[in-house]
Amino acid sequence: MTALGVAPSDLAQRARRIGEEIAGPAADEVDRRARFPVETIEALRAEGILGALVPPELGGWGTSLAEAGDTVFGIGLHCASSAMILALHHLQVACLARHGRNHLLRDFQRDLVERQLLVASATTEAGVGGKLRTSLCAVERDGDLVFLTKQAPVISYGAQADAVLVTARRTTDSPPGDQVLLLCRPPGLVLEQMSDWDTLGFRGTCSPGFMLEAKGPADQVLSDPFADIATQTMLPVSHILWGHVWLALAASALAKARSYVQGEARKQPGVAPPGALRLAEAMTLYHQMESLVQGAAQRFDQRPAGEPVPMGEAIALNSLKVGASTLLIDIVSRTLAICGMAGYREGSPYSLGRHLRDAHGAALMVNNDRILGDNAQMLLVHREQP
Amino acid sequence: MDDEIRRVLREHGKLPCQVETLDEDADLFEAGLTSHASVNVMLALEEAFDVEFPEPMLRKSTFESIGAIRHALTTLTAAGVPS
Repeated sequence: MTALGVAPSDLAQRARRIGEEIAGPAADEVDRRARFPVETIEALRAEGILGALVPPELGGWGTSLAEAGDTVFGIGLHCASSAMILALHHLQVACLARHGRNHLLRDFQRDLVERQLLVASATTEAGVGGKLRTSLCAVERDGDLVFLTKQAPVISYGAQADAVLVTARRTTDSPPGDQVLLLCRPPGLVLEQMSDWDTLGFRGTCSPGFMLEAKGPADQVLSDPFADIATQTMLPVSHILWGHVWLALAASALAKARSYVQGEARKQPGVAPPGALRLAEAMTLYHQMESLVQGAAQRFDQRPAGEPVPMGEAIALNSLKVGASTLLIDIVSRTLAICGMAGYREGSPYSLGRHLRDAHGAALMVNNDRILGDNAQMLLVHREQP
Repeated sequence: MDDEIRRVLREHGKLPCQVETLDEDADLFEAGLTSHASVNVMLALEEAFDVEFPEPMLRKSTFESIGAIRHALTTLTAAGVPS
């Protein structure tokens, strides 16, 4: 039993064990059937990991982002879909922990720890696409109640989530950029599935489109403007935790390639197999990726919560997303070349089909071109000395 | 098992002496086993005995003598560690 409010010291190992014993054996079937990895999420619940980022005064562990990233990595070594679900959940909890200050939102966090509630996100919107900082839908108020209807083209694990954090315009009169973040949960939340989720990769995240209708007390709206939540928490944490998913995916592909090369080496000791040099090359890319991801997590943990993110850091966090997702595709492609037909074939210990399909999602979930566009804009005004 | 270990050492150990003349406690590194050659010995042993040496076993002492190698392989094959 772990002490209240303190993360177990072997948190990362616990997540790795769930990855190895539960997420891994289910991963191929989760991918093939595009089904929710229910057994993995239940195992995370049993270990209390869904409440890891809730502050200790509300019953959570208040773990650092680096520690939360370790849990994502441990799962991601075996199932990228499960790891992405955990990353997205941690991201919502981070937003609540840092910006959900009223009684209702604090009580919700206690409840989240107690019942290990899974929280999803609805930021994209029909007619807006992936532009995080723009909403069409608006919060309507009637006394102490708020109402919201949103057409969300993607809500990852929407059907399985216990609550959803949703972006919307502050009022029906607000411009598209004046947004709030709103906690929506049953019974005041109704999700009607509008499309299916049959994609190349990350199939187990179960991310179809929904018509979202919500009503509830006005305190379900986070008081900080979404502009601040996005720059201080949502963007940094998403890029850092997605980075841990991708890093694990790369590590998993490289482990297969290494095992393949060692198998070849055993057949003719003294003669380095052709893939050995390619493996060494791919490892240098992995170590670049690892530094990008871990460095950003450390910088995040060192910066006091609520402090604005300097522009140079915002640019670096965008570089992390573009850089890590690009390196991932490169690394997995190289491991496929190393494993050859054994990697290309399904059902071999070296099969890399799922890794390759998942890897390509990284550059598309919030398109790298959009992120580069944001950096291009910031670089026109950035003046800090490097 | 010893015969197979000696065969692997003969073929991959690049020792400047006759492997047959070494007794089982003789220090292989003193007998001229280089670290480069020891990697090949390890790979050849894995192939010959269908095992994989786990990380904690990858120490110089695991390969320092024929007896040490036999001990390591016995531990691995008894544990049923798959290659």
